[in-house]
Amino acid sequence: MRRHLVRARHHQGARRRVGIIAAVAVAAPLVLAGCSSDSGGIPTLTWYINPDNGGQATLAARCAAESDGAFKITTQVLPNDADAQREQLVRRLAADDPSIDLMSLDPPFVAEFANAGYLLPITDPADVAELTDGTLEAPLKTAYWEDQLVAPPFWANTQLLWYRKSVAEAAGVDPTAADFTWADMIEAAESQGKRIGVQARRYEGYMVWINALISSGGGQIIENADQGADATPTVASEAGDEAAEIIGTLARSSAAPADMSTAGEEEARSLFQGDNGSFMVNWPYVYSAAQGDAPDMVEDIGWARYPEVVAGTASMPPLGGINLAIGNFTKHPDQALAAAKCITSLESSIQYMLESGNPAAKDAAYDDPQVREQFPMADLIRDSIDSAGPRPITPYYGDVSQSVQRTWHPPASVEQPATPVETDDYMSKVLSGDRLL
Amino acid sequence: MTTVDTRIDQEPAPPPAKKVKAHASERLRHERRLGLSLSAPAFLVMIFVTAYPLIYAVVLSLYKYRLTDPEGKEFVGLANYVTVLTDPIWWNDFVTTTVITVASVVVELVLGFCFAWVMYRIIRGRSVIRTAILVPYGIITVVSAFVWRYAFQLDSGFVNQWFGMEDYNWFGGRWSSLFVIIMSEIWKTTPFISLLLLAGLVQVPGELQEAASVDGATAWQRLWKVTLPNMKAAIMVALLFRTLDAWRIFDNPFVMTNGANNTETLSFLAYRQNVTLVNLGAGSAVSVLLFFTVVIIAFIFIKGFRTDLSQVRGD
Repeated sequence: MRRHLVRARHHQGARRRVGIIAAVAVAAPLVLAGCSSDSGGIPTLTWYINPDNGGQATLAARCAAESDGAFKITTQVLPNDADAQREQLVRRLAADDPSIDLMSLDPPFVAEFANAGYLLPITDPADVAELTDGTLEAPLKTAYWEDQLVAPPFWANTQLLWYRKSVAEAAGVDPTAADFTWADMIEAAESQGKRIGVQARRYEGYMVWINALISSGGGQIIENADQGADATPTVASEAGDEAAEIIGTLARSSAAPADMSTAGEEEARSLFQGDNGSFMVNWPYVYSAAQGDAPDMVEDIGWARYPEVVAGTASMPPLGGINLAIGNFTKHPDQALAAAKCITSLESSIQYMLESGNPAAKDAAYDDPQVREQFPMADLIRDSIDSAGPRPITPYYGDVSQSVQRTWHPPASVEQPATPVETDDYMSKVLSGDRLL
Repeated sequence: MTTVDTRIDQEPAPPPAKKVKAHASERLRHERRLGLSLSAPAFLVMIFVTAYPLIYAVVLSLYKYRLTDPEGKEFVGLANYVTVLTDPIWWNDFVTTTVITVASVVVELVLGFCFAWVMYRIIRGRSVIRTAILVPYGIITVVSAFVWRYAFQLDSGFVNQWFGMEDYNWFGGRWSSLFVIIMSEIWKTTPFISLLLLAGLVQVPGELQEAASVDGATAWQRLWKVTLPNMKAAIMVALLFRTLDAWRIFDNPFVMTNGANNTETLSFLAYRQNVTLVNLGAGSAVSVLLFFTVVIIAFIFIKGFRTDLSQVRGD
């Protein structure tokens, strides 16, 4: 009996202990999280980054070390594709998440985020100057919302025209010539029985192509973009018709890849490197990628500026890249600003370009001897970024982009003037909430 | 025979039951109270995690509300429902979902029955065969979707090579994409349906089969007159579960086509409105409508299920 009692008491004690341990286990992360950022010590900034090869983590470590103990930076990797990155950030920021001190943001989402009050505006002229000095023109346009700097460019990107020298030679064309157009390119590829690599799956990359064609033709997708839902779609225009003509013609020609309507960057690249490859529009990463998986044909790869839509009118190549924004709910705005200055500095831009292969947004980076050695087309990239046509800057960018993608897919169905007219009609109904996307 | 017996047993039961009830009312009330308090926490949790979001979705669906534009929130009544129900996208997705559901469930039922039969009748290597049939069901849907996508995709696929289809782009058109999506669904979930059917098959009394064969019924007659009628309840349960499951299909179209070429399903539409576009008003309206379609399907099946159950019992 006695032994029984003792054991029961023992049992009770054990249960209580388990309870205490459980409570500590639940509370510990909360307490620790509090410690790491607030109580005394060095504040730790969290930087939400898009996945890369580790270049952003290296920058984070360097900038933290150079801050002389003012802050530490940890990185949190976002999902792979841009839409999923946006989804996660929106969900967190809509709940006023203070853990987002810094974020790597795709430029088309800047307006939406800023308009919703998710980004901390940078107002001090000295700070603005430090963050923007020497930045190329086109990326800089994506950094502002309502005349306030909200997301200074971290790096920038653009597409070039890549071509197989052997094919161009056989077809008797010079893609580097000033007036090389899409029509010339389609004709050349057809004459050689080859195919052209493009991005025409129903995704953001297709919008990039359509936007570049319309901008290059002198048009734009919407007017009064800053008016949000009251913006005017202007795809049904001369430039929109030109763009529809090029996409429809290519898709229905023998130069269209078999998987055109499902092709993204990687599908285009594998076509380009294969036997049917001839021309391709794509981001500069394809060059280093080819060095890796098709070293034999690197010699045959040439590059030129994005093709023209109207002969004699300079093209406006696509603009990509990443901007760096400070979360509006951060508890460490000063440290975050200091970190942003370090991450977007010229030195960091060069380091990041060399390490990750992503082009810098700063003009002077392209004069660096190491950059010029690693990127033989450095000047072309700089010029293309500088004169690139950004996608519409509007808080309703998702609606605008998806309206275009929906009405222009599949590419073989694109006709002028019907498709651009349909886009305008659909987009205005979507913006006013009368149609679903 | 046995069913009739139980009915005879039950029928005279009511009068003594009343007596017992009066007698043990104190104890019964006690037990009932205990039962209520034991189930209360679970009930409250259910209210919290299902009823609350459901009601909140209904409330949200009455507003024009975008998460990134909180100041633009505006009460619009049933306007979102009108927009959704008059939009070709909803009806397109409705058709797509119906096609996927009907095609995959019908094929799965037939195939699943064959598999169940094999699992039931096989004597040698029974566990190996049963495991082999169940393997696809153990694979995560997203993973299986990627496997099927890579198999049919032009740059990485082997299907075209096998069948000499050169560069046919499976994901370039609506019906060819849906074909791959449905095939993947069938491959993935036939084991589930065959497992449910096996449970029904096991319950078919052996004596009935024996009696039928003694009476000279062919194997075909035994299947249609003895086996199937006796496992009707199991078939209906399997159909109900699979239909509801197929109706909410999301992973396969998401991974394979991302909804392009009219292959978007209703859950995908709800996901896009709510998560991608953060258009919570219209998105909630889509979700609520999707919920109603599920309720309607369940209602139809439960009604069908009940009548069949009574047939099995013979009343």
